[in-house]
Amino acid sequence: MTEPVLQIDSLVKHYGQVRAVDGLSLTIGQGEVLGLVGESGSGKSTVGKCVLRLTEPTSGTITLGGRDVTHLSRRAMRPLRRDVHMVFQDPYSSLNPRFSIEQIVSEPLLRHKLASRREAYGRVAAMLEKVGLRTEMMTRLPHELSGGQRQRVGLARALILEPRLVVADEPVSALDVSVQASVLNLITDLQRDMGFSCLFITHDLSVVEFLADRIAVMYLGRIVETGPTADLFAEPRHPYTQALLSAAPVPDPVKARERRRIVLRGDVPSPLDPPAGCRFHTRCPLAFDACRTVEPELADPRSGVHPAACHLVTPEHRPDAAVPGRTIEY
Amino acid sequence: MADQMAVSVGAVPAPGSAERRRRLWRRFRRRPMPMTGLVLVAGFLLLALVGPLVTGDPVTQDYAATLAPPSAAHPMGTDDLGRDALARIASGARISLQAGVLSTLLAMAAGIPIGLLAGFYRRWLDPVVGRLVDVTLAFPFLVFAVGLAAIIGPSLTGVVLALGFAQLPAVIRITRGEVLAIKEMDYVSAAIADGAADGHILLRYVLPNCAGPLIVQATVAIPTAIIGEATLSFLGLGVQPPTPSWGVMLTVAQQYLDVAPWLAIWPGVLIALATLGFNLLGDGLRDVLDPRSGL
Repeated sequence: MTEPVLQIDSLVKHYGQVRAVDGLSLTIGQGEVLGLVGESGSGKSTVGKCVLRLTEPTSGTITLGGRDVTHLSRRAMRPLRRDVHMVFQDPYSSLNPRFSIEQIVSEPLLRHKLASRREAYGRVAAMLEKVGLRTEMMTRLPHELSGGQRQRVGLARALILEPRLVVADEPVSALDVSVQASVLNLITDLQRDMGFSCLFITHDLSVVEFLADRIAVMYLGRIVETGPTADLFAEPRHPYTQALLSAAPVPDPVKARERRRIVLRGDVPSPLDPPAGCRFHTRCPLAFDACRTVEPELADPRSGVHPAACHLVTPEHRPDAAVPGRTIEY
Repeated sequence: MADQMAVSVGAVPAPGSAERRRRLWRRFRRRPMPMTGLVLVAGFLLLALVGPLVTGDPVTQDYAATLAPPSAAHPMGTDDLGRDALARIASGARISLQAGVLSTLLAMAAGIPIGLLAGFYRRWLDPVVGRLVDVTLAFPFLVFAVGLAAIIGPSLTGVVLALGFAQLPAVIRITRGEVLAIKEMDYVSAAIADGAADGHILLRYVLPNCAGPLIVQATVAIPTAIIGEATLSFLGLGVQPPTPSWGVMLTVAQQYLDVAPWLAIWPGVLIALATLGFNLLGDGLRDVLDPRSGL
């Protein structure tokens, strides 16, 4: 197998007492799109910032293209930034208000000394065309553009060096629904075309359903379930994933009436003091005694099934462990 | 496609664009207080720059007319040594302008880089700079300036240095605060991801975006320094006689308040007007430059 583009190993990031990310591991292969899904406060954006070294991880390792970058200085990190960039959530604060669109998109080229200002012009024009912006936009300032256009500029900036990995942190959630689809389609097309790997962070499972090869579901700083997108949608194994999927709207009203909704009660517990045992047990409709004391591992003994961190899936703590293979029912 | 549509209605023009400058000016012009300030400041600049060229010599003495009331020969009267008060007011304006502008430039030139670095390198530099700023801000501005002027020695250079140094903590604090806010913006994170070095980020991303509040601070600092110069000179710690300064003129005038009150009125009124002008202008600039004001 080829070297993974990104490998995160037991990443921990604490902001003071807040355990934003608490022991998270994931791998993204060449050309692979991983959807990292979780609700707000689950720590998913922190993961993205740690990958870019925009924030210092508390512990754990981050490996980019086989190189451990966890402890590189800012200066030593700089040349490696050719291979990884980021698309930010907020299209309004992610572009320098004093730079023209041309300046914004040419920055990566100029900062890595890959082009002179004159050479950069042509490449910026070509890149803008790729993201669906007319070259007249080059002289405009960010405030003159709509949210969708700004996000296309952010995409052009992230992709102009043809990086191996792009971290997309909720790139469409600040946009109007009508614009979301067009930007998502653009990201999909560009990814197929350019073949970059992508860590796509979102709170909305439906956004990554058609884009991601694999999905990792996060809850309170940990991954609770991960697997190929189709498997995860077809057979969600963690009660949290099941609840998330059941909350997504279904366009067909007949199907919508037939399906069972799992409504979670209460709020996400504070990451200041995550619950003991399984972090989800305070809201889990299926929780039993072991869930309150023993933390489930993200592993699966059976082959051919994707892993989920739940005692119902890894049966040694399960009360009805004598009944192997029993499906989870409500 | 919806997001391909042109500029949305009511878009905020970018700082620095011609369109924005025109809109700011239109907004500024309609407001009476900032315009009053602008007129006063323009008058003060005119007096300081052109005045000394058209009025007579400020140190020539006319013993035939000491403490003379305003007349055709001496429109503002004369002082105890028979020197023309108008010529001295005009020269004094030049001193005030120098003290105000030079000390503010000094404070900005030193304070902005310190504030930028302290805000940007919070871990190492900020605690040290922060405590020093807190300690110096604990002293009232004038007490601090008087102390410094006493150490440096009485002269215009001394006044400029003392006032510049006394203004420094405020400039550092304002710059630092702006940097802290701007550092959290995604475009700074994006610049890091672009591979930009710290110096590039500071000069091209952080500094231009904190210019607005600093311009306003400058318009507040200049009148403060003008009063500071007058105060220091009044106390004998600033510009020395016979060089005319509004503060020096007030010192002399207080001895003759009963026989020649105009000697105190001219510098007093002008200090008040110049200060008022800069303050009104600064308030107006703050309102107009504040992005939340809808421009």
